[in-house]
Amino acid sequence: MSVPFYVSPEQIMKDKADFARKGIARGRSVVVAQYADGVVFVAENPSKALHKISEIYDRIGFAAVGKYNEFENLRVAGIRLADMRGYSYDRTDVTGRSLANAYAQTLGSIFTETAKPFEVEIVVAEVGADEASDQLYRLTFDGSVADEHGFVAMGGSAEAIAGALSAAWAPGQDLATSLRQAVHALGEHGTEETRELPASDLEVAILDRTRPRRAFRRIEGAELEALLA
Amino acid sequence: MTTGGSLDAPHGTTIVALCFDGGVVMAGDRRATMGNVIAQRDVQKVFEADSHSVVGIAGTAGIAVELVRLFQVELEHYEKIEGTSLSLDGKANRLSTLLRGNLGMAMQGLAVVPLFAGYDDVADRGRIFSYDVTGGRYEEHDYYAVGSGSSFARGSLKKLFHFDATAEQSVRIALEALYDAADDDSATSGPDLTRRIFPVVAVVRRDGVEMIEEDALAQAAEEMLAERMRRPGGPWAQVGGDSS
Repeated sequence: MSVPFYVSPEQIMKDKADFARKGIARGRSVVVAQYADGVVFVAENPSKALHKISEIYDRIGFAAVGKYNEFENLRVAGIRLADMRGYSYDRTDVTGRSLANAYAQTLGSIFTETAKPFEVEIVVAEVGADEASDQLYRLTFDGSVADEHGFVAMGGSAEAIAGALSAAWAPGQDLATSLRQAVHALGEHGTEETRELPASDLEVAILDRTRPRRAFRRIEGAELEALLA
Repeated sequence: MTTGGSLDAPHGTTIVALCFDGGVVMAGDRRATMGNVIAQRDVQKVFEADSHSVVGIAGTAGIAVELVRLFQVELEHYEKIEGTSLSLDGKANRLSTLLRGNLGMAMQGLAVVPLFAGYDDVADRGRIFSYDVTGGRYEEHDYYAVGSGSSFARGSLKKLFHFDATAEQSVRIALEALYDAADDDSATSGPDLTRRIFPVVAVVRRDGVEMIEEDALAQAAEEMLAERMRRPGGPWAQVGGDSS
């Protein structure tokens, strides 16, 4: 008769976390950065159909790295929660904080209760009336939440990219500046060799606080090229 | 308006829509009535359903407004989940289903009759859809009107509609049709100059919905009223000769 091996909870959690981290680091990186009039999302993503960036609600956007089917699941759940809440109460009652909480609960439960944790990292961003009231929440695979300011880099070589951005990013800069910094950091530190990322390899969107109601807008084609030039 | 001794609830009234070369115009008056009482003078009955379609409502106001709210959320929800908008036919069908869900209430006298219009990217033109209380969906051509003053508005539109009209002329035609409805239907309001309350008018083109600003509406309404001072029946159509 075989005796099952004893594995300590510490070891189980560590193995799961290592597994998730490895999965996330394999993918390409995403940068979310503030600029004077809102928040810009930049992903290195040649696919025009499978998005890593999405609108969630009027003033709330979403960005993710990791396994597509897993973060797509979270994205859809987030939109459903936001739309349900906004319809039941009022549009102003949908907040980035409550959404980040819901994601944290979901990711936390999946991490502890299932054999395989989600290999994802996500950002929930909300624009407020001014730069100081913008919110950036970073959520990791185990359900921990971090309240970030300025910029967030995730996936791939996130640390190197964040390092480059912390030297460059400053509050109050315009969209083109924030966008170029993000694209530059992704190109320089995304892979081993430094590359010049063309507009066609980028997925870019903004939450523009000056727009009425729905702040989210994708930036594509000629507009993106003009901003990068 | 009560049917079968059911409860009094505010009702909405006349909505008109007409196509023009490049899109579609929808306009609605601002009056809500409860029996013989005017329940509200500045109620909104024409709404942006999404970026490329509008919906107007006649019938029980409370239920109609809720129906529109749900419809708006459903269109936006689909758009966010799928990353693309529903087709115009898809939107029209969805409204049909929502309406059918209200059939029980309609049988008890709380009916809602919407009018839906939007720009069809594929057909490259504006389109109008009317509905009955059972959720039946009917595509209308050129123009249509719903609500208690609709027969008067439709008569007016029949004489004034022409497909060569510009968007601005179509807005004026819609205002004339609403005036004619208000002229003969007590539950429809005309432009209220003393309170500066004007019909809600939306123009849908390829590049999206535009809700016409109050100043532009006030000007159009004042021009219309100035002409009606001379001819209360409104514009006249030439008969015979080279009328076309």
